[in-house]
Amino acid sequence: MTNNKKTAFRTENLVKTYGSGETAVHALRGVDLLMPLGEMTVLLGQSGSGKSTLVNILGGLDSATSGKAWFLDKELTALNDKALTNYRRENVGFVFQFYNLVPSLTARENVALVTEISKNPMSPEEALERVGLKNRMNHFPSQLSGGEQQRVAIARAIAKRPNILLCDEPTGALDSKTGIGVLEALVDINSELNTTTLIITHNAEIQRIAHRILFMADGQITDEKINRNPVKPSKVKW
Amino acid sequence: MVKILNIKLLRDFVRLWTQALAIALVAAAGVGTMLISVGTYRALIETQQAYYERYDFADIFANIIRAPNRLLDDILAIDGVIRADIRIEKSAILDIPYMKDPASAKIISIPDIGNSSLNRLFVQKGHLPKGDKSNEIAISQAFADAHGFEPGDSFSAIMGGVKRKLTISAIALSPEFIYTVRDGEMFPDDKRFGIIWMRYSDIASAYNLNGAFNYLSVKKDKGASQAAIIKNLDNLLKPYGGTGAYDRSGQSSHSYINAELTGLKAMSFVLPPIFLLVAAFLVNMTLARLIALEREQIGLLKAIGYKSSTIAWHYMKLGLLVANVGIIFGWVFGAYASRLLAQVYAQFFKFPFLLFQDRPDVYLIAAFAALIAAILGSLQAVRATIRLSPAVAMAPPAPPIYRQFFLDRIGLSKYVPQGLIMALRNLSRRPLRAALTTLGISLATGLLIAGLFINDSLEYMIDATYFKADRQQATIISTKPLTPSAMQEIRRLPGVMVAEPFRVIGVKITNGNRQKRTILTGKPKNADLSRIIDLNLEPIILPEYGVAIPEMLASILNVKISDVIEVELLDGSDKKMKLQVSQIMQQFMGLGIYMEIGALNKILGESSLSNGANISFDTNKTDELFSLVKSTPTIAGITLLRKSLQMLRQTFGESIGIMRDVMIALAAIIVFGVVYNSMRIQLSERARELASLRVLGFTKFEVSVILLTEIFILTMLAIPIGFLLGTSWAGLVAYEYQTELFRMPLIIERSTYGLAGLVVFIAMLVSAFIVQRRISGLDLIAVLKTRD
Ligand SMILES: Nc1ncnc2c1ncn2[C@@H]1O[C@H](COP(=O)(O)OP(=O)(O)O)[C@@H](O)[C@H]1O
Ligand SMILES: [Mg+2]
Repeated sequence: MTNNKKTAFRTENLVKTYGSGETAVHALRGVDLLMPLGEMTVLLGQSGSGKSTLVNILGGLDSATSGKAWFLDKELTALNDKALTNYRRENVGFVFQFYNLVPSLTARENVALVTEISKNPMSPEEALERVGLKNRMNHFPSQLSGGEQQRVAIARAIAKRPNILLCDEPTGALDSKTGIGVLEALVDINSELNTTTLIITHNAEIQRIAHRILFMADGQITDEKINRNPVKPSKVKW
Repeated sequence: MVKILNIKLLRDFVRLWTQALAIALVAAAGVGTMLISVGTYRALIETQQAYYERYDFADIFANIIRAPNRLLDDILAIDGVIRADIRIEKSAILDIPYMKDPASAKIISIPDIGNSSLNRLFVQKGHLPKGDKSNEIAISQAFADAHGFEPGDSFSAIMGGVKRKLTISAIALSPEFIYTVRDGEMFPDDKRFGIIWMRYSDIASAYNLNGAFNYLSVKKDKGASQAAIIKNLDNLLKPYGGTGAYDRSGQSSHSYINAELTGLKAMSFVLPPIFLLVAAFLVNMTLARLIALEREQIGLLKAIGYKSSTIAWHYMKLGLLVANVGIIFGWVFGAYASRLLAQVYAQFFKFPFLLFQDRPDVYLIAAFAALIAAILGSLQAVRATIRLSPAVAMAPPAPPIYRQFFLDRIGLSKYVPQGLIMALRNLSRRPLRAALTTLGISLATGLLIAGLFINDSLEYMIDATYFKADRQQATIISTKPLTPSAMQEIRRLPGVMVAEPFRVIGVKITNGNRQKRTILTGKPKNADLSRIIDLNLEPIILPEYGVAIPEMLASILNVKISDVIEVELLDGSDKKMKLQVSQIMQQFMGLGIYMEIGALNKILGESSLSNGANISFDTNKTDELFSLVKSTPTIAGITLLRKSLQMLRQTFGESIGIMRDVMIALAAIIVFGVVYNSMRIQLSERARELASLRVLGFTKFEVSVILLTEIFILTMLAIPIGFLLGTSWAGLVAYEYQTELFRMPLIIERSTYGLAGLVVFIAMLVSAFIVQRRISGLDLIAVLKTRD
């Protein structure tokens, strides 16, 4: 483990239970993890293992049932709704499996949605340029392909220069070629802006591009691996 | 700051414009009807007031048998009296060259020089009569219009038994006769009744009233007590046959207009709230659907750091935007229509001018009310965005939960067509929305019934008055009490078949400290032509002794059967008598009391006198009869009932027709707004399901039927509820219209229910078919590809 880097996320016995009694679903059963700043981490696990639940809590979208989670020195599990909103606004960029673009806004406007409420954003044009979409910026989501939409979503996530980029199955809805293009964009951003990035996936192949891999099963982190030589996304195949 | 969200807002608005427009129209109707009722009401009341002020409408009025002109000084000396006008007022039969049936007029004197000092005339055309035995007259405008009279035209009148040729020199208006009816009648008949003004000297000698007057108007000081002046006047005038002074509320034109204005005011409390209520829940339905549809976008906005309040406000603004469009439409429509309606009224009432002023306050209040409605409608829907947790919002929504409903439970669903099953399941899944849709359609149905029933009630009263109560063809009024032999003469007039005498005396009734002026009518016990009828249209048989009084008067005076009331005659005779109440009657109209004519005459100590007769005659001899009536000195007037009935239908038919059309339009707007929105929401929710059916091979028509079944069921449910709602509403309206003098019967014909149901049903079909056309536009592939 590389202990010389500062920690971005840390959790202690994080538990999340949906519902109660007989129908209770134990999505997280005591997660302990450490995620250093600046790294690209992949969280690998089968569908239903609790990945999204964990990331949602780390991203301030959801609250834990018990246990603690920190971002830098901030105890996320102690924040109220308003403080969580501020935390998301200031620190986190999200990329989701289904892009979640606002269909009535153009690519540029979807990005501007974020830059408008951020303190030190890059311009929407710059963000779109980074994902190679500057020439499509006046298109509406319905006029873009899936891969292009996901790249707009990435531009939207990075435009505010977030400390953290959380990507939940960013290639899940894409074919492999387009998916690789999206991963390239993420890797570029991680290396150029040094943004701490967490990619969730159930696709084992993708672990090859990460600095660090967390394995998850049945609501727990079961293993952790460090990858000394991450490969370029173009080398990955599935 | 949140500019991008505003762009989204505008694009949403444009995308939903048809739905937004449907809601905006309903809101516009609310704003518009508020502007119309308040604007028209204010215009009329201000015009009335200005008219009264500029033309010195009097405060107190009195009829006298005959008083010397020198009494004027004593009248002016009464405390609080600032001005007084004395004049002669008589009625006369007219002989108009081209008209076979006789008309009559009220002849009123104006001073020999100048205009009258109170109730001054507004000369619309020509010049005031010259006087000096010129036989020049001014006539009321409504009468002139009905005949097409112009200054210079002439006709004859029988004045004091002498036929005189009169020449019109002016067409005039007066604040006393904004609404002109013959004494004791409800409805105008401008062709057969008018007002004639003539110089005093030209009238006085005809009626042997030189140096005397028989009508008085008084203007009082603002602060002076009306009651005190009336008391002083009564004391002063009693020796001269004063029949009791009265204030404006006893003046027929004034009281009629006030009743009309009250009705107008009531409208502003009834109509606008209905529309705004419907607009509010349409906003609610539409926003709730939009928010459900955009839950992932809402989740995203929250995920990237937008505050819940910002997002809530974003959706709220959409509701407000719709309201604002409605407000602007409503303002434009209301500004135009209130002016138009005020003009129609001003023409009907014969105002010489119309003060119409747009005041910002009504516009602001109406806008405010519409915004409040939009906010209330949005709040509940928008609350959902606040509760939505971003993590949940981003996950795909759970599939809709369908429950078994009663048809399933009792095992009947096997026997019901699948389309119906789908419709019923869908309805039971969204009971609130189904309820709101039903309520909206019911409100429209109810509105129609409450607006249309007035015609039924009016027809009922026409039937009651002209076919059950006053069945005579004509009423003859004599200039002086008729002796039995004079009655015989009337019976012998050509064509007359039956003649029933009647006697009418103004009276003041006292019970303890309660008092009321009214009319005492004597009629034969078994009168067959002019009968008194009760609420069930059954004739009332007058008791042989004592008086029959209407229920309303009984409660005003607090008397019961067999109580004794004190009756003072207001015919100048100063007679007082104690009479026993032997019957209490339930009636639609009037506070008049009745006695058997024989019993009345006995008490008066006179033998069989009458004021006139109700007659029926052979219509073949009409010409002969009328020409004789016109030249008989003892006959002061004749009223033809069937003719006035035609006139009545004409006068009211037009405005009732307009009212009916407006109500139908308003109800159609509501139904359209409700059905259109609810079906668009349906379509958006079930696009996948319907597209799947199309993929499975259903035809467009079959898919439409599935969509239409639901709204059809709701409409069928809503119409009877609307009938109930409308019936109780109509009851409320009838009750609101009730005055001391008048009780509106609550009559709703089946045809009215039928019309209301039909209008609602057709409006539903029209909007349903507009939505249905979108089914053809369902993009099968796209719908199936998108994530639910
Ligand atoms: N809102 C929820 N309510 C109930 N159960 C949930 C909810 N969200 C997730 N779960 C359950 O929690 C478990 C973990 O889900 P999730 O974190 O989405 O897994 P992953 O992202 O690894 O596929 C699953 O069994 C899932 O069904
Ligand atoms: Mg997941």
